[in-house]
Amino acid sequence: MNKYEDIMSRKNDIMLKSVGIDFDRYERGKISFDYEKLMKDVGYSIDEIIKIQREVGVGNTPLLELRNITKLARKVSKTGKAAGIFVKDESCNPSGSFKDRRASISVYNAVKRGYEGVAAATSGNYGAAVASQADIRGMKCIIVNECYDSRKVGQPEILEKVRKCEGYGAEVIRLTVGPELFYAFLKILEETGYYNASLYSSYGVAGIETLGCEIAAQCRNRFGKEPKAVIISHAGGGNVTGTARGLIKAGADNTEVIGASVDLSGLHMASDIDFNKKSFTTSHTGFGIPFATYPDRSDVPRSAARPLRYLDRYVTISQGEVFWMTEILAQLEGMERGPAGNTSLAAAFAIAQEYDNDDVIVVQETEYTGAGKHILSQLNFAEENGIKIILGNPKDQIPGKNIIIPSHPGLVSVKDEDMEKLKGSYIKNSLKKLKGNTVDKIDVKFLAEETRKSSEQIADILKKNNIFIN
Amino acid sequence: MIEKGTWVEIEKIVLLPKDRAKNIPKETKKTALKCWIKGNCLTDCELDDDVKVVTKTGRIVDGRVVDVEPGYYHSFGKYIREIGDIGKQAKKIIG
Repeated sequence: MNKYEDIMSRKNDIMLKSVGIDFDRYERGKISFDYEKLMKDVGYSIDEIIKIQREVGVGNTPLLELRNITKLARKVSKTGKAAGIFVKDESCNPSGSFKDRRASISVYNAVKRGYEGVAAATSGNYGAAVASQADIRGMKCIIVNECYDSRKVGQPEILEKVRKCEGYGAEVIRLTVGPELFYAFLKILEETGYYNASLYSSYGVAGIETLGCEIAAQCRNRFGKEPKAVIISHAGGGNVTGTARGLIKAGADNTEVIGASVDLSGLHMASDIDFNKKSFTTSHTGFGIPFATYPDRSDVPRSAARPLRYLDRYVTISQGEVFWMTEILAQLEGMERGPAGNTSLAAAFAIAQEYDNDDVIVVQETEYTGAGKHILSQLNFAEENGIKIILGNPKDQIPGKNIIIPSHPGLVSVKDEDMEKLKGSYIKNSLKKLKGNTVDKIDVKFLAEETRKSSEQIADILKKNNIFIN
Repeated sequence: MIEKGTWVEIEKIVLLPKDRAKNIPKETKKTALKCWIKGNCLTDCELDDDVKVVTKTGRIVDGRVVDVEPGYYHSFGKYIREIGDIGKQAKKIIG
């Protein structure tokens, strides 16, 4: 057994000590687990979560009307109509993104459980959020991230996040590309005994529920109704899960939950060559599709982020269109925000045109901007790494080869992912760990809930796969 | 000479190519998994020396010194002509 295999063989033990959740308690049937109990055991009501978040200046962010962008959408819409586009300005949170909602609850939980420090494996805004909350709560903080290719060329967006975490006084460990980030992270958890503020923990996901609740409440107050749709950037699934759960808890049952990711198809996430051929390090299909079809690939044995339970629709959009929207947001609405945080806004521009003028759609986030988290940083970096920047039709985009800035707003569109295909993949992946060829009735119910299908439909699919129900 | 206590960056090999995960692309598999950590050096040293540092969380880590008082140089960059007219075009459309 080499070093890598040695640590990986201890991963369940390390996870148990660092998260303080005994995941075995939730296992049911042959392949199921009690998801709602996992979430319930977080032990804080929505009101308690709001209280914790208010204490640290998190949440209660403005819902802003994007009048000029809506006007632009109506001008280019085939019907001449478009829903009013509103955005939750999550960049107003202390560390500049909605991730503060997650971190506020994870870190609070770490303090309650008596840990000395918190650690997170993330190249995203979550690191800064954890570091910021750790400062407020008097905890030490280590962030482990994947920052460089083997030449030590750093993705500018990640370099900025490193700077921010170090600005908060955290220790940051910067790695070259590879899935063994998890191995390095496990080593740190084992050595320090710190709390794993995992992106996939129930505490973090519960923290995002307030975002969904706020959207519902703010829309009711302002328009006397809930939004027609909420567009949420999707990567690991926590964002979609938390927001949807919040909307449901607030009674917004008819609001369509639409996930949006940047299309990076064709690029391999563990490739030393592809690593710096992309301009987005989060909210993209490199995470979005794998985590939808196999959520439990997370660091924790059972992920609290379960997007297929909540997604009504999942769309993708190109890098160039998100950069275009970032520029539009700055120049039409006087708001400079980071590009990755505009993924759902770019998608919303196209989606709004499918609705009527008196419909309201809400873009669920923005993020802070600065050196590295800016279109100039990303486009210059792309050019330096051999990517062609072209003004033209986004349909011609090839991730890793070019970035196409739409030459006209009318060219901005979204591509729908095949939800049935994703659900089918999810079921296949779930059955992979099945020993034997029978499942229990509870497994049928679980798969139905996970994919929003009926028990009969699941039974049919199982039959086709030669799986029998006990 | 780098004085004891100076804020430095060290480089460490986390996994040699032969010890890396099995299911990764070959271009990645042939490189070592490396990391870089910052801390205050516990002894006088020179660039390229192996040295122990104390990190912000108080961990003692050893590695090869590769930078002294490392800064941040990510920036915005040159003018990109392809985005030059986005705002003007949109403002004209909405009138």
